[in-house]
Amino acid sequence: MSTLAQQLVLGVLIGGLYGLAAAGLSLVFGVLRVLNVAHGELIMLGGYGAFWLFALLGLDPFLSLLLVVPAALLAGALLYWGLFASVVRFPDETRIKNSLLVSFGLALALHVVAVQLWTADERSITTAYGGVFRVAGLALPRVRLMSLAVALGLIGVVHVLLSRWRWGQAIRAAAEDWQAALLVGIDVRRAYLLAFAIGTALAGAAGTLVSVAYSISPSIGLEWTLKALIVVVLAGLGSMMGTFLAGILLGVAEAASAIVFGGPYREVVGLVVILAILVARPQGLFGRS
Amino acid sequence: MSRLPPRLGTGAAALAVLGALALVPTLARRDDVVNFGFVVLLSIALAQSWNIIGGYAGQVNLGHAAFFGTGALVTRALWTAGTNVLAAMLAGAGVAVIFGLLLGIPAFRLRGAYFAIGTLVLAEILRITIGNVFPEISTLPTATIARYRLADRYYLALALAAAATLAVALLARSRAGLGMRAVREDEEAAEASGVGALRLKLTALALSTALAGLAGGLFAYYHISYYPQHPFAPSWTFDALLITYIGGVGTLRGPVLGAIFYTFLKEYLAIRWVDFHLLIFGVLFIAIVLAFPGGLVELTDRLWKLRRQRLENGGAG
Repeated sequence: MSTLAQQLVLGVLIGGLYGLAAAGLSLVFGVLRVLNVAHGELIMLGGYGAFWLFALLGLDPFLSLLLVVPAALLAGALLYWGLFASVVRFPDETRIKNSLLVSFGLALALHVVAVQLWTADERSITTAYGGVFRVAGLALPRVRLMSLAVALGLIGVVHVLLSRWRWGQAIRAAAEDWQAALLVGIDVRRAYLLAFAIGTALAGAAGTLVSVAYSISPSIGLEWTLKALIVVVLAGLGSMMGTFLAGILLGVAEAASAIVFGGPYREVVGLVVILAILVARPQGLFGRS
Repeated sequence: MSRLPPRLGTGAAALAVLGALALVPTLARRDDVVNFGFVVLLSIALAQSWNIIGGYAGQVNLGHAAFFGTGALVTRALWTAGTNVLAAMLAGAGVAVIFGLLLGIPAFRLRGAYFAIGTLVLAEILRITIGNVFPEISTLPTATIARYRLADRYYLALALAAAATLAVALLARSRAGLGMRAVREDEEAAEASGVGALRLKLTALALSTALAGLAGGLFAYYHISYYPQHPFAPSWTFDALLITYIGGVGTLRGPVLGAIFYTFLKEYLAIRWVDFHLLIFGVLFIAIVLAFPGGLVELTDRLWKLRRQRLENGGAG
């Protein structure tokens, strides 16, 4: 019984990071209609950013978020100007196709850059305040717990930004119908730029948390892209909190299947559950149909 | 100058290309050249198979590797047990089709990006399960290795690439092919004008998975040893998709041009810049996509038009 509860709790903890990883992707896909398959590589780079700050300057990984997030915001803006601004000029159907191709090339390039800069070894940040909390017979790794809290906090911030901030509302309007948004005088290009930059910042933050709570290597990109895609589809578009909850659901489903069918099938049952949900609710759990 | 009618001309040109390609193993005498040819031809076959479902029917299937892998698994098992390799490949294709239709009925409830992710999830489920059930590497028996002839694999690949391209050419002209394109452009409108969308999507899936299964069988026939999980890897899906897109999706020539370009560029850069080849490949790839959003077909069409204009101008002047 307690191992069951323990596994489920660990599932919730990693699920929070799935949710954060997916939130950035969901924002970019939902607003720009651009499918960025290099999202996992952006997460990976965020992780290495934190790793560098820790290894070279001895900066605490949670504090380094204060540097990684603005840097990722800027990197996102540059990526948008350099690459995706030319993709969003295409009509809607070719946007997805061409963004897939462009971001595939980007993913390859970023992977090579990471291997050259940091080698292919697996890295992780070990903090002095590691260890576990014990609550009601459950062992809660302190760092992972903090990561979950930070992830939830960041999602909350973005949620508030999107609903209260002037430009957040502009982003939502552009997501709803960019032509109508343009007609009522919204600068859709700037809304796109902001959405992409915020999405990249979320990826950078997710990477930082992954590097401290789990581990990173140049090849984790694809895995995180796939997880994020699955969560995005599971959640449906248009709700930050829904995406976060869907991430936790994926984490718990994986943990539950590891208990029932054993470690090697950890991911299989989670995926089957998701497929079943998708077939029953093709618009996603929290999406508007 | 007398000119052949265009269709006859294309047919004659295609036969000439096939004839030239058939001579490669005899003339080249170098295994690396023949191996490279094999990889290009396999890529053409796999990309054409994806082109049917993804290009003509417009269903972005990200689970294509599942059918490639199934073909490889079945073919390898039957062939190493003593079945004739062609019979084994047909059986592999048959299982891939049955499997495709079984999965297609629930998967086609999903539309657009949801279909793409749903099929990706299906393929991942299968890949992980196969990896768990068959963890051992599959190696050919020594007696088979002693009899291994590369040219056989090459000719089979040539036949499959030609057959896949021919199948797409016939499909493109057929009533079913027109219906598929109607479904791709607007499924509701197609349904409203009496096109059975689900039936056509299943037909496209069956054709596509049959060719993918055959390509998988070819993979199993070609490789001396590999992990049974390997042909199920998502990279097979993405290679097929990228080749089709960069060549020109929903066109006959696109996957052929794309496969040649993609394989040549990747291999050339790998030899020239060992460490950085994927970086250069990625950057070039982005540049091409941004310059020619319609794929290489768009580029060749433009060049063709330019040439004709110049010829006409020359004739007038």
